[in-house]
Amino acid sequence: MIPELGHFALGLALALALAMAGFGLVGAHRGQARLMGLVPPLAMGVLLAVGASFLCLVASFVANDTTVSAVVANSHSLKPLLYKVSGTWGNHEGSMLLWVLILALCCGAVAGFGRNLPSALQARVLAVLGLIAAGFLAFIIGTSDPFKRVWPPAMDGNGLNPILQDPGLAFHPPLLYLGYVGFAVTFAFAVAALIEGRVDAAWGRWVRPWALAAWSFLTLGIGLGSWWAYYELGWGGYWFWDPVENASLLPWLAGCALLHSAIVVEKREALKTWTVFLALLAFALSLLGTFLVRSGVLNSVHAFASDPARGVFILGLLMLYVGGGFALFAWRAQAMAPTGVFAPVSREGALVLNNLLLCSVAAVVLVGTLYPMFADLVLGQKISVGPPFFNTATLPLAVPLVGAMAIGPFMPWKRARLWPALQKLWWVALAALAAALLCLALEGVRVGPALGFFAAIWLIMGAKADFAQRIGLFSRPRAAFGRALALPRAAWGSAMAHGGLGVTILGLAGMGLAVDRLALLKPGESVELAGYEYRLDGVVDAEGANFAARRATVQVLRHGRAVVTLHPEKRSFALARMTTSEAAIHTTWLEDLYVVLGEEREGGVVLRIHDNPLAPWIWLGAGLMALGGGLSLSDRRTRVAAPAAKATALKNPAVQA
Amino acid sequence: MRRLLLALLLVAGPAFALSDPAEQLPDAAQEQRARVLGRELRCLVCQNQSIEDSDAELARDLRRIVREQVAAGRSDTQVLDYLHARYGDFVLLRPPFTAGTALLWATPVLALGAGALLVLGLRRRRAAPVPQALTPAEQARLAELDRTP
Repeated sequence: MIPELGHFALGLALALALAMAGFGLVGAHRGQARLMGLVPPLAMGVLLAVGASFLCLVASFVANDTTVSAVVANSHSLKPLLYKVSGTWGNHEGSMLLWVLILALCCGAVAGFGRNLPSALQARVLAVLGLIAAGFLAFIIGTSDPFKRVWPPAMDGNGLNPILQDPGLAFHPPLLYLGYVGFAVTFAFAVAALIEGRVDAAWGRWVRPWALAAWSFLTLGIGLGSWWAYYELGWGGYWFWDPVENASLLPWLAGCALLHSAIVVEKREALKTWTVFLALLAFALSLLGTFLVRSGVLNSVHAFASDPARGVFILGLLMLYVGGGFALFAWRAQAMAPTGVFAPVSREGALVLNNLLLCSVAAVVLVGTLYPMFADLVLGQKISVGPPFFNTATLPLAVPLVGAMAIGPFMPWKRARLWPALQKLWWVALAALAAALLCLALEGVRVGPALGFFAAIWLIMGAKADFAQRIGLFSRPRAAFGRALALPRAAWGSAMAHGGLGVTILGLAGMGLAVDRLALLKPGESVELAGYEYRLDGVVDAEGANFAARRATVQVLRHGRAVVTLHPEKRSFALARMTTSEAAIHTTWLEDLYVVLGEEREGGVVLRIHDNPLAPWIWLGAGLMALGGGLSLSDRRTRVAAPAAKATALKNPAVQA
Repeated sequence: MRRLLLALLLVAGPAFALSDPAEQLPDAAQEQRARVLGRELRCLVCQNQSIEDSDAELARDLRRIVREQVAAGRSDTQVLDYLHARYGDFVLLRPPFTAGTALLWATPVLALGAGALLVLGLRRRRAAPVPQALTPAEQARLAELDRTP
């Protein structure tokens, strides 16, 4: 019964989404307030219907309903509750439903918080979101029905892949989807603006929070995925330039460019056409990622799709939305008169440079990801494009990007001079240089890490210098504390996000100095790595909720004194007939001691030991970047529907950012 | 979901590579070189993994070949050339610069160049006089925009 209700709710949502799209477009075109008035309630209706459908699927997973094929394929009665719930989106059908649920949440948010939007703009934005929701609902109902029944019922489910039974991975997909789908809203705003032929500061003010929110969630999602790979896959890697990872990095890069150029629209009414283009691009890349991953084209260039119907359907949606969006852009972009002139050297100019470089990095990642397929199909050559290519090709673009990132915030709007900005940064450059020289002195001639330390300190100190200047730390130190509190949160946010990237780069530079060692040890024997002694005390059997494990006890000593006892495990999941290895990680924040248990033989065990300097800072930095985005979002000038805040803002004028 | 698929690909082979200490070269410097080289080489039967990251039979064989060559005193280029000659372009994770990959390697320059041309073109078309600092009217507008949400 519950699956049928869920299925029915999906159909209902499709009908409501189509109605929303039709009423919105027609109503806004004819200027009929009554039709437009129907759109926000319809958006709420879509949200309720998709929400109900999603709850039905979660209920089926939690109750382990073995007549539902998605449950049989992905769940098991003995699985812990968290993974029963997360198993809902740990498969193709359920994750598509989650995608649409988040889209419906966005529709609800635009409908609920958007009451102070011009009604025609709101109706058009919701109509575009309705069209997107309808397309994906049709995709789910047509090709990926999560509520399909099997008869007779299976005895029990097949279980979720053990490597995915992890808290990090439970929250990874929802965060990523919040990012992808958030860009659907900026896309909808861009399309609405193109239809109206008007982009102004108010539009920028509306688009920026959505871009910020989407980008922050995407940052968290990517960071969490990378962290998971680091602690779960067990070889200390954290980013593999895998096509699947690149698919999430592309919208992140485009979104990052978008949220910066939206600032220019909001403050200076310049770069309008470009910002609209970026808003289209960010969502196009989100959809492209979805297509590449779902259709199976990336797994093998020969089989077009694991299920051809799905691949073709998503390709159709991709063409419709992206093609439609860009066609509209080509047709209407001229209608938007360029305004807001500025000199090449100015805050605007710096943001143009940021956009240019970020988009170039995105182009490299996109071309690198698709090139093997292109070479195979068009040139008939089989080539590989792997991490060495991406590292080499993105570095020359990343260096000027990072260099300019610290300088940009010191540039005044409209017209600036480079020299005064640089003068404020000389001590930052000195600190960065000192860090790089220190690295060279301690670690020998290692260009990569030295460059990384320079970039990291340049960004972190640069963000601090920016902050110190804003609060007048050096010019008027006594008033600095009060000014820091009065500073708009957006200023805190941007300093934190820029510094956060520096922290991430610090971690990457540290990981460039990582060392590891592989050894066959008998109990009582020990091995030395990077100043630590690792002594194997023994290996015992252990039992988990749904697995049996071999558990080693490794004593870590430094100068003969015990530091920590680590317990790396090898887990066998009888149900999935799979073995996973759980690395034991001890972090001192300056380095991770990372021990992996290998096979047992000749009365001993193979241990792989890594010493990873500064590793946790990679994800800490990602967290800071997302937090910076969140702070910016909470700025009362960005907060969208706040009539009360508007009144206070008038009494208490905000400090100029 | 994206990660999930990656994970599915990865678990197709056992969880990690290089599990046999006997595979390593006794000389630490040579072993380090062999690893760096290994990260440039693709495990041909895997999904986008280097031979250092994969536990497939073939990856094991390739690791052995690399270590034999390194131990025999070949240079990095010689080792890569040897494997390139035997397995073709597909084995190199850093694609060689050829007519077929020129477009790929030129992407950073092309993307930057296209962007720069676009910016310059737009500026020229606008042909606006060099702007001065913000006028008082613009200041007031900016302040007003900052207040109204």
